[in-house]
Amino acid sequence: MLDIISSWGLPLWAVTLIRALVYLLGVLAFVFLNAIYLIYLERKISAYMQQRLGPNRVGPRGIFQSVVDAVKLLCKEDIIPREADKWVFLVAPIVIFIPAIMVYVIIPFGPGMIAADLNIGIFYFLAVASTTTIAILMGGWAGNNKYSLLGAMRTVAQMVSYEIPLVFSILGVVMLAGSLKTSDIVAAQKEIWFILLQPVAFLIYFIAATAEVNRGPFDLVEGEQEIIAGPFTEFTAMRYALFYLSEYTNLLSVSALAVTLFLGGWQGPWLPPWLWFIIKVYIMILLFMWVKWTFPRIRIDHLLQFNWKFLLPLSLVNILGTGIGIKVYQVLITGGW
Amino acid sequence: MNPNTSLVTEEITLNMGPQHPSTHGVYRAVLTLDGEKVVGVENVIGYLHRGIEKLAEDRTYTQFIPYTDRLDYLAAMLNNLGYVQAVEKLMGIEVPERAEYLRIIMAELSRIASHYVMLASMALDLSGWTAWFIPFRDRERILDLFEMVCGSRLTLSYMRIGGVAADVPPEFVPALKSFLAELPRGLEEFNGLITNNEIFKARCQGVGRIDLETALAYGITGPNLRACGLPFDLRKVKPYGIYDRFDFEVPIRHNGDTYDRFVIRVLEIEQSARIIEQALRDLPEGPVMAKVPRVIKPPQGEVYHQIEGAKGILGFYVVSDGSPKPYRVHIHSPSFVNLGAFPVMAKGGTIQDAVAILASIDIVLGEVDR
Repeated sequence: MLDIISSWGLPLWAVTLIRALVYLLGVLAFVFLNAIYLIYLERKISAYMQQRLGPNRVGPRGIFQSVVDAVKLLCKEDIIPREADKWVFLVAPIVIFIPAIMVYVIIPFGPGMIAADLNIGIFYFLAVASTTTIAILMGGWAGNNKYSLLGAMRTVAQMVSYEIPLVFSILGVVMLAGSLKTSDIVAAQKEIWFILLQPVAFLIYFIAATAEVNRGPFDLVEGEQEIIAGPFTEFTAMRYALFYLSEYTNLLSVSALAVTLFLGGWQGPWLPPWLWFIIKVYIMILLFMWVKWTFPRIRIDHLLQFNWKFLLPLSLVNILGTGIGIKVYQVLITGGW
Repeated sequence: MNPNTSLVTEEITLNMGPQHPSTHGVYRAVLTLDGEKVVGVENVIGYLHRGIEKLAEDRTYTQFIPYTDRLDYLAAMLNNLGYVQAVEKLMGIEVPERAEYLRIIMAELSRIASHYVMLASMALDLSGWTAWFIPFRDRERILDLFEMVCGSRLTLSYMRIGGVAADVPPEFVPALKSFLAELPRGLEEFNGLITNNEIFKARCQGVGRIDLETALAYGITGPNLRACGLPFDLRKVKPYGIYDRFDFEVPIRHNGDTYDRFVIRVLEIEQSARIIEQALRDLPEGPVMAKVPRVIKPPQGEVYHQIEGAKGILGFYVVSDGSPKPYRVHIHSPSFVNLGAFPVMAKGGTIQDAVAILASIDIVLGEVDR
């Protein structure tokens, strides 16, 4: 595509700018369309798991439900509590949404379909995704509400703790691929997907990712039955919509990363690569949703104990095993140290 | 002030206010928290007080029966039963056999329905969304049975002083048999999903423990007391009605924690199903209402009658002055008494534990506040 634009005879900076804009619009379109669909999908899947129907009135089989909900949220009154920390309150929803979008830059949707093939790819993803913690902490503090504060405290504990097994589980994959670049990782899975070489890492990634996006059994940040809506309690209308959208955007991004790291990215026979990518992403999303609607919520001290006493040692053992495995493989292939 | 570091900390007071997703009704708990740990609890009740006991003084004995439905509205038949048996004791009325058996069937169905709600709500409070639907799906069949019999699903007013309001329609017995046949399957599904779930057990075992002496000191009765190890079930210890003719077990657990209170109710559902099967088998023909005067005028005197309600011992104290309206009715509600032990159970746990403990005590605000 770069050649098509440069053949128009524009200066280099214009070409780069146009390319960036095209990718930006593409990523935004992908994220928004999928997030809107995911909200509907979650409601339908949870409904069918609970022997009921879910949304089925608005549009054929209820597919326009999320659109109508978005319109409703736009029309709601925007309340800012009198004692709220105003600047932080206004900025928190924006701060949470920007990293959620930024991480899509390094996701390969197909061969060559990647916004910026950074050579620190995975590292960039993890660094940007961890700034979400600050945003939730801002949201919890700004509302001037004890429930929000409790939720914010839980966020910090949970998200910071679970980042470490997440990183270590990805480290195993990076060791196998020998590079942080996402396109290299996908290329390294040509013969065999990493989920078969690193099953333990996949499980750890799955659990840590569920905790990172505050889903499933680890949703005590937003523990509805205990602290109402946690850090999001005081936000209304579009601010709440941004928080809510960012949750689904995060879900989509960790699923996309899982596909890139473990399920072979966009590779697959017959069908176009981007279609394979979408299919695999949705398989991951279905797994996440399945887990969420089955299990009850875990308690905060069990959560932290599980992380530090079980998940982290397990991920370290996995790295050790991977290292030994790589060396053994090298010895077998080359026949010498 | 945290003694381990020089960090200055403060305790915060949090209202688990009258509007809260998990307080099972309009009830307020003022929690004093040290971070996530609960340091003190204060019960604030009265949000649902409707003056039922005062209203009783202005209604005839039969007119008061619908008011008893609204006490523990999840187990309306049991409230009806306690009240009409109290008045029958006062008047010395003997209830026909068929009515007694029908009363047993309805009372045990009501107990099962109430336990279903407790199991589902407790699972929901711990965020087991899917688990909520299974008991409620099965409870719908019980409510359909009630609708068949008396026209309403929740506030039933089926019992009368001297018997029951009307005989059951012919489609009732087959429907009841099919419900009983499918009950074990529903419980198995629920147990597989929640009762034996690792996370659920970790959330509930060892949480909110209360020992037997403290429980007795607080006057706790019902499944909560049986979870502490004392096999006290009024249907066995002081049988009322015709409960002494039935063969059933009283489930006991010994830890007195949240998990035991939960499991006991699962087991009690199975035992209630046993009682209903036996009652169906032995159901005789005959009238469903004794010969009582049109205007119920008990002789002057007082009576206190207790039954084993779904939440504990439900007692009705009726004082009559010879007129068609009672002089005083006092209701000893188990939820009110059990709630008194909530502070001692919740202290030392986290907020999440407090939510689980409150769900396991199984209160109904209609009964607590009357």
